[in-house]
Amino acid sequence: MELEVRKTYKLYVGGEFIRTESGRYDPIYAAVGSKKPRSASAQRLLLANISRASRKDLREAVRTARSAQPDWASKSAYLKGQILYRMAEMLEGRAASFEDLLRETRGLTAAGAAREVRASIDRLVHYAGWSDKYVALLGTVNPVASSYFDFSVPEPMGVVGIVAPEEPDLLGLISHLAPVLVSGNAAVVLLSESRPLASLELAEVLATSDLPAGVANLLSGHKDELVPHLARHMDVLAIADAGGDAALSKSIASDAAVNVKRVRRYQIRDYFDGAAQGLDFIEAFTEIKTTWHPIGV
Amino acid sequence: MSTTITDQKARTEALKKVEAEKPRLEFGGAWDYAPAPESKEHVRLEKRYGLFIGGEFVAPRSKKYFETINPATEEVLAEVAEGNAADIDAAVRAAEQAYEKRWKKLSGAQRGKYIYRIARLLQEKAREFAVLETMNGGKPIKESRDVDVPLAVAHFFYHAGWADKLEYAFPRHSVSPIGVCGQIIPWNFPLLMAAWKIAPALACGNTVVLKPAETTPLTSLHLARIFQEADLPPGVVNIVPGAGETGAHLVNHPRARKIAFTGSTDVGKIIQRSIAGTGKRLTLELGGKAANIIFEDAALDQAVEGIINGIYFNQGHVCCAGSRLLVQESVAATVLTKLADRVATLRLGDPLDKNTDVGAINSKMQLEKIRDMVSAGVEEGAQLHQSACAIPSRGFWFPPTFFTGVAQSHRIAREEIFGPVLAVMTFRTPEEAVEKANNIPYGLSAGIWTDKGSKIFKITSKMKAGVVWANTFNKFDPSSPFGGYKESGFGREGGVHGLRAYVELS
Repeated sequence: MELEVRKTYKLYVGGEFIRTESGRYDPIYAAVGSKKPRSASAQRLLLANISRASRKDLREAVRTARSAQPDWASKSAYLKGQILYRMAEMLEGRAASFEDLLRETRGLTAAGAAREVRASIDRLVHYAGWSDKYVALLGTVNPVASSYFDFSVPEPMGVVGIVAPEEPDLLGLISHLAPVLVSGNAAVVLLSESRPLASLELAEVLATSDLPAGVANLLSGHKDELVPHLARHMDVLAIADAGGDAALSKSIASDAAVNVKRVRRYQIRDYFDGAAQGLDFIEAFTEIKTTWHPIGV
Repeated sequence: MSTTITDQKARTEALKKVEAEKPRLEFGGAWDYAPAPESKEHVRLEKRYGLFIGGEFVAPRSKKYFETINPATEEVLAEVAEGNAADIDAAVRAAEQAYEKRWKKLSGAQRGKYIYRIARLLQEKAREFAVLETMNGGKPIKESRDVDVPLAVAHFFYHAGWADKLEYAFPRHSVSPIGVCGQIIPWNFPLLMAAWKIAPALACGNTVVLKPAETTPLTSLHLARIFQEADLPPGVVNIVPGAGETGAHLVNHPRARKIAFTGSTDVGKIIQRSIAGTGKRLTLELGGKAANIIFEDAALDQAVEGIINGIYFNQGHVCCAGSRLLVQESVAATVLTKLADRVATLRLGDPLDKNTDVGAINSKMQLEKIRDMVSAGVEEGAQLHQSACAIPSRGFWFPPTFFTGVAQSHRIAREEIFGPVLAVMTFRTPEEAVEKANNIPYGLSAGIWTDKGSKIFKITSKMKAGVVWANTFNKFDPSSPFGGYKESGFGREGGVHGLRAYVELS
């Protein structure tokens, strides 16, 4: 029998697959019943030892995100849309391996896993299409009572921290990452702590979609260790808090005051409900800029 | 013979002296301005003002009153009730009752008609409000008359029209009000800030507890009289004056579902922290340190007027004031000469005088802060330039001031002074201007001066600021969203975007 070549799951920072500088790891086991343990004595099958990111890894991720963001924001809306669409293409091509991971880590049925991967692909396509439309819908021309041309447009905020939901790990991650990226933000994501494998695998999709290095950075690790550093970081300008932990959410909201961070807390019952997605998710991580221009000769 | 020569010499010397002392720019000739004070007769002041709760002026449960003064003369204008926790509780309950029993049941169209009434009444009383605003706050009458009051009216008129059209602002959503809004406003534009807060809140179907600033409660309390005259249902707007502690009671009241705060970044951070985890909605409009960028191809005389307006408007008590001047090196000398000449013509004095350009500093405390910051500027090595204008003997005053030789790291280049003090820096390339302008935790506003359209769009798009003025400065309109990036706060006031802060969407 051919011996399987196993994958080493790493963090994704600055477009590179790196191990945590701390050298720490967390074992990730298969869901009960999804795969047989290797031996009778083992309770669960070990799937992988993943990196447990440290505060230093987080800071490096923010640094690289901050330096990558202005260039990403300056790309045309058309190009950003095509890059998000290419993510969907890359995910489609790897659908089978994502389905396997969802079955193994969450114990989903084949149909359940296929449904989530399908929904994830569709979500990427959905947000890809928003790239050159949201500005027209969120922007306004304002009829001021003086001789000025006055208009308001949404702009990206900068570096956005995302606390991803524990489940559904893949669809949840994409549902928060895509709307943050499409408007020109860079993201630092704390992945699902209990089921990080599909999310870490998504880094391979990002890396092959022409998304510039550093625009999306994915960290696996312990949320209660990393979240406070994310919430207090002076270069993180906003947080999408979908972690689903009330105590952690409260600490994020409080720590965010250090630099008047914008915090959007999400409590989403059904990530499959596409109607609950879309423009609002993009708007949450944009700033409205109003420009006054004199009219005259 | 010799006496005549001496006389002639003396005459020439005297003429030279007059010439030297004359401002190099003249507005309206070399004659002195005769005093032209606006009459105070039209303002009917009470000796004592209660809290406005449930549609009536009531005695405070705190049993405390504080004196409110005219900062230009230090004379006491009236005594004003100070709200404590029990007063805030009474006001929030009145607002909640009004919300449940009356206001949320009204149709948008009916709500709108109340707000239109308020706008009209305020227009009718424009003079009373302008004079009172100037008396209580120290700002020049020409500003309160031509900016504060008309803009406050415009905000009510604009938002009145939204009340029955909210579903058009939020397509695909069902729109409902939030409930009781606690609103805390500053002392720099007391009436205008009350209008910015109250008008959208009411239009969206909410009720309000407003805490005006401790030094400037009077126009808010006179606005309460307008609410009475408009037959606004009791409790829809409640006004509880007081200092920071009163505001804290409002912020932390469990039944205040939304907090809107305009003020300093420090206090904004305390508020953001204190409501964490409560589920309350929050908008913050905080400090600023705007850069006014002058490129070499700008119309320099216009740009200098823009600089003057940017920093000396309302004595620099403006969160979006153009308190940093970034001027391209090639024109720096010319701009600075023109600036110094123009500063010398600014008339500081009686705020009620219709010729006054620069009024009184709002309070003694603020004057101390400005003095501290100016001393810091001198100590850190920047060069001080100050108008030689006469300073009245009573009241709080600070002459129009600017610093040259300022480094990015100086406190006067980084911290909000909130006074008539400008920090001048230079740059060589557009990239350097952008870098310097954005290199600050604030992001409220910015100004760009150039004759080249494409440069305007390039530079304005690079500014990390919520409001960018091109070849103009300090322009406001109710249809135009106002608010900051970064530590200048979040949320917008005005325009379609401003409504978002006062609605629940589902």
